[in-house]
Amino acid sequence: MTAKTLYDKLWDAHVVRVDEGGASLIYIDRHLVHEVTSPQAFEGLRLSGRKVWRSDANLATPDHNVPTTDRQSGIADPIARLQVETLDANCDYFGITEFKMDDIRQGIVHVVGPEQGATLPGMTVVCGDSHTSTHGAFGALAHGIGTSEVEHVLATQCLIQKRSKSLLVSVDGEVNAGVTAKDIVLAIIGEIGTAGGTGYAIEFAGEAIMALSMEGRMTVCNMAIEAGARAGIIAVDKTTIDYVKGRPYAPQGDHWPMAVEAWSDLHSDADAEFDKVVHLSAATIKPQVTWGTSPEMVIAIDALVPDPANELDVVKREGMEAALAYMGLQANSPINQVMIDRAFIGSCTNSRIEDLRAAATVAKGRKVARSVKQALVVPGSGLVKQQAEAEGLDQIFIEAGFEWREPGCSMCLAMNADRLGAGERCASTSNRNFEGRQGQGGRTHLVSPAMAAAAAIAGHFIDVADLDSLSTGAE
Amino acid sequence: MMKAFTKLTGTTIPLDRANVDTDAIIPKQFLKSIKRSGFGPNLFDEWRYLDHGEPGMDSQNRPVNSDFVLNKPRYQGASVLLARKNFGCGSSREHAPWALEDFGIRCIIAPSFADIFFNNCFKNGILPIVQSERVVDALFKACEATEGYQLTIDLATQTITTPDGETFSFEVDAFRKHCLLNGLDDIGMTLQHVEDIKIYEEKRRVQAPWLFV
Repeated sequence: MTAKTLYDKLWDAHVVRVDEGGASLIYIDRHLVHEVTSPQAFEGLRLSGRKVWRSDANLATPDHNVPTTDRQSGIADPIARLQVETLDANCDYFGITEFKMDDIRQGIVHVVGPEQGATLPGMTVVCGDSHTSTHGAFGALAHGIGTSEVEHVLATQCLIQKRSKSLLVSVDGEVNAGVTAKDIVLAIIGEIGTAGGTGYAIEFAGEAIMALSMEGRMTVCNMAIEAGARAGIIAVDKTTIDYVKGRPYAPQGDHWPMAVEAWSDLHSDADAEFDKVVHLSAATIKPQVTWGTSPEMVIAIDALVPDPANELDVVKREGMEAALAYMGLQANSPINQVMIDRAFIGSCTNSRIEDLRAAATVAKGRKVARSVKQALVVPGSGLVKQQAEAEGLDQIFIEAGFEWREPGCSMCLAMNADRLGAGERCASTSNRNFEGRQGQGGRTHLVSPAMAAAAAIAGHFIDVADLDSLSTGAE
Repeated sequence: MMKAFTKLTGTTIPLDRANVDTDAIIPKQFLKSIKRSGFGPNLFDEWRYLDHGEPGMDSQNRPVNSDFVLNKPRYQGASVLLARKNFGCGSSREHAPWALEDFGIRCIIAPSFADIFFNNCFKNGILPIVQSERVVDALFKACEATEGYQLTIDLATQTITTPDGETFSFEVDAFRKHCLLNGLDDIGMTLQHVEDIKIYEEKRRVQAPWLFV
């Protein structure tokens, strides 16, 4: 037997047939559905008189458009309301399980799937959302698709695909204290670039990756797409299996030992060959902050904003100049002196219980700076919110001056009422710092939950380790 | 039914920016629509207009950013977009190719594309073509220097022809080419293999029964 990568194993296990031209029909085990990218797909099914192939392989929840306040009064924006109601109606009509807005299990689709055990090792998982790469943390082959493919999966439970190339990103050794999964993945993107993974499926490996919790692994795989890779994957180990065990959609009874046995093979073989290999030394990674309008525009918290004058590539230099102008930053200025207007802790990248615990640890006994207009904490699901409240995290946040909200995508992409005003600067735990992403003219800096909380308290970006030395007069 | 793409001669717009993301192509507020059409007036909304766009606004009455390339009179009616590397990165929203197609763009030429966007183009009758940085750079220069610059794209022969008669060949996946030339619907093609899918499912049900409860 030739040695296989984890990606090869997952791919080979899902090939239904191969076309003469080399295109493969790949079987999809789990399809996650939300309100924004599905209405046109369901409409397409109706217009062509097609049925849903396997309704039990689908799981739906509204997340992008839902309000994070005043759930009882429904959605104020009539266009957003129609979209959520359309999802409800489509799921009812086609017999798809949906966690509706008033269900405790509702939340961001990439938080809900794993939390329910609806994402399992060895699966193929797709969703009309690019951050579907998140689910690769479970040793699943997971990637985002467009609406035409949503319709294709609904109708056939398959997708027509071409095999990706394989990229191994190994983060070797241990990270220093205070360095989180978010810092690791931002450092990886800074290293390989936003197109570094284009055409590849990335396997994240190395001691620093395997030392992460499932929440941390999900944060890393979530941002594989920000490195250009549709899929990010991590091998299955005890951490994975312990997380999955006992969840509502996880294998039960006799199926459990059978599944665990099957999952034990979900790792790359020792001598498997990758098309490309990148090594990073974990010890060199510091807490990260993005300074520009692409996730690859990232620096360590103790660094200076880069100077375009030092960039030789013309297109890149012009991109840096445009980014600095949009972000309202000066080249060569220390990033840890940049003041923020808002902080956002949430999104499919960082809204799980561990993220909220990390932020709460920083917030405890401190106060949000007076110069900060808003510090928002948006749990990833109703169940994350419930858990956080059981641990008293909501009270820590509220006492510190943070707002404690209902679950949803919220200010990550500002489709609901949570958004930045023009020129406002945000320390955000989300995944994209594109122009206008959090509101037209808004300026996004991507950071970890701990640093977002620290920035809210200090009023500017700061290494969490330096928070104690901050004079109380800093407010 | 998808629009077929065979041969096209069209005015070419040079969009001189790397890493153009799908949030820029079609901002999030327009994603609330439950329709597939009508996104063209909001293509590149934040760059194209001076005010803040919201769904339902009459774009005819909005103040336009005359510096933005899409608004230059010489590029009106364009159907070919010249772009820089990593075009279409970010979100998987198919609203991005829907907006481009609705605006009239049928072909995009760039040094590289983001994977999901690249794939979404083919589902909507848009041909994305990868050319080297050097060729794309040359096309940018010629396009910016020549008013009324038109490129001819022939999918059957896989060639781009400039007004000077210079030709460049391009690669395209055989299956995607076939679908695009004939305007074929993927789902209909997959449903010709229903038996294969059922056989796979039966095998999978035995190997991994926990996936079928």
